[in-house]
Amino acid sequence: MVPASNQVAVRCRGIAKNFAQGGHATRALDSIDLELRLGEITFIVGPSGSGKTTLLSIIGGILSPDDGELDVLGVPLRQLPPGKLVRFRGVNVGFVFQQFNLIPSLTAVENAALPLIIAGRSERDANAAASELLCRLGLQSQLSMFPRDMSVGQQQRISIARALVHNPRLVVSDEPTAALDADSSHVVMEILRTLAVTDSRAVLVVTHDSRIFRTGDRVLRMEDGRMVSEEDVYS
Amino acid sequence: MIRLGWRLLFGDPAKALGLIFGIAFATLLITQQGALFVGLMLRTQGLIEDAQEVDLWVMDPAVEYLDASQSMRDIELQRVRGVNGVKWAVPMFKTTTPLKTPEGRINNALLIGFDDASLIGATQRFLVGSVEDLRRPDAVAIDRYGFVKLWPGEPIAVGKVLELNDRRAEIVAITDAAAAFALQVILYARYSQAVSYAPTGRHQMSFILARAGEGGARTVAQRVTAETGLKARSSTDFSEMTINYYLKNTGIPVNFGVVIVIGIIVGVAVVGLTMNMFVNDNMRIFGVLKAIGVTNSQIVGMLLTQCAIAAIIGFGIGIGLTAAFFTFAATPTSDLRGFFLPWWIAAGGLFLIVTVVLVASVASLRRVLWVDPAIVFRG
Repeated sequence: MVPASNQVAVRCRGIAKNFAQGGHATRALDSIDLELRLGEITFIVGPSGSGKTTLLSIIGGILSPDDGELDVLGVPLRQLPPGKLVRFRGVNVGFVFQQFNLIPSLTAVENAALPLIIAGRSERDANAAASELLCRLGLQSQLSMFPRDMSVGQQQRISIARALVHNPRLVVSDEPTAALDADSSHVVMEILRTLAVTDSRAVLVVTHDSRIFRTGDRVLRMEDGRMVSEEDVYS
Repeated sequence: MIRLGWRLLFGDPAKALGLIFGIAFATLLITQQGALFVGLMLRTQGLIEDAQEVDLWVMDPAVEYLDASQSMRDIELQRVRGVNGVKWAVPMFKTTTPLKTPEGRINNALLIGFDDASLIGATQRFLVGSVEDLRRPDAVAIDRYGFVKLWPGEPIAVGKVLELNDRRAEIVAITDAAAAFALQVILYARYSQAVSYAPTGRHQMSFILARAGEGGARTVAQRVTAETGLKARSSTDFSEMTINYYLKNTGIPVNFGVVIVIGIIVGVAVVGLTMNMFVNDNMRIFGVLKAIGVTNSQIVGMLLTQCAIAAIIGFGIGIGLTAAFFTFAATPTSDLRGFFLPWWIAAGGLFLIVTVVLVASVASLRRVLWVDPAIVFRG
């Protein structure tokens, strides 16, 4: 059952991950304990190579941990077979990428509608839902445009629409403002805050961008694969 | 998802066109060369095919194929007629002879002499005149292609006169005889007249053409061989024997085979490389699709759809070009007369192209299946 607002959306206990590198294993994550709650934006910060993106990938169901327990929206992900894990991601997780990763040959609407089409919705329904969301994001004039004809800020908004259009309860985002200027960064994070948090989603953002911390609820700091501190943005 | 596959493929028109035209070129090579090869092999036995009333060919035991006949004694005809199961048997004379037109053009002709009484052994396909016209003195029939070669630009008509070995021959009919393997002009005349045009020595009879009664052609052929010592074959078997001779004793199959193999290699290379580039360029997109919930089977379906679309369009263009080639180049009066695109070459070409596309796509498919969706978080 999907938890209600303010309940725990993600629970990590002793999560560990190793990568083989140069013939020996490198510890990327070491005994990570973490809880994400619905209605919160949580930032993970830390130097390059500290394991932020690896943790994000594991919570998003893209990578499997080598050790530990991982419950996402009440589902123990490690126990899901690969096919069900893919479907779980498709229904419950929204992704926002640093490089947007939009499909160049699809229009803004078609890009945003992808998760619904993958889930089996008709193209017409999917495009209608995507158009509505893009309009809420201020892209009503760009619905039929291709990504190459749009600014980076607009592209990131399409990528946010794609992450939210299927109404997932968990949104994971990797450096969503890295390619944006200060104004665009502010707009994008306000959108995430408005659309994600007010609709009772858990949002996890990996970032180096301290300008956006005030839009979140918690900031977790990682170093060398470990969680080293946590601070409440409003404290 | 199928539409998505289509949009992804045609999102890069240069690659899509490269893929399609690679397939089209491979199709053209495979089907055009395949059809030419089949046409050439069928030409070797066109005379057998033309003698439609005949189902049994009797010849000297040394004969290996249609174009290398060995003259037999006239008495052999009576011996064959005496074999149980032979309904009738007639002589056939076949040779090459030089010819000259009143305008001074010279050429070599394939001269066929058929039974004076029954007129069996001539082609049934007459464009002008009929086989009965050949009963007249000095009468010969010429095939349309030969007429055009000898009198280019002139309307096809009877009444022309030829010299065959310094003897007069008048064209009284025009045929649409099946093309011969090598010779350009095919003349038909009654046996007695043909022999007089091109005397070949003490014996003249090249083949005995017969019709088998009860038991069928193969059984009667065995009986003829047993009782006369001559080689006898059903029309079908003689056709096969002739084609097999050319297959085994000429470089034709190797030459055509090499071009067809080149077509297959070109197809595999073009499709494989283009698909590989396509997958490489779209690896991140495949990663995104996997991350947001597309299963491996959906991705395989999408890629195979792309391949199928490219294969169908490419094959359509290629087979269209092949069909156009035979339609416009292989006219009845051209050097390529008798060549055509058999449906089974087209079907075989489709099968080969589909196989080529599948084989060429396997490597790309494997890479897509193994792509780690975590690629989307890498810079």
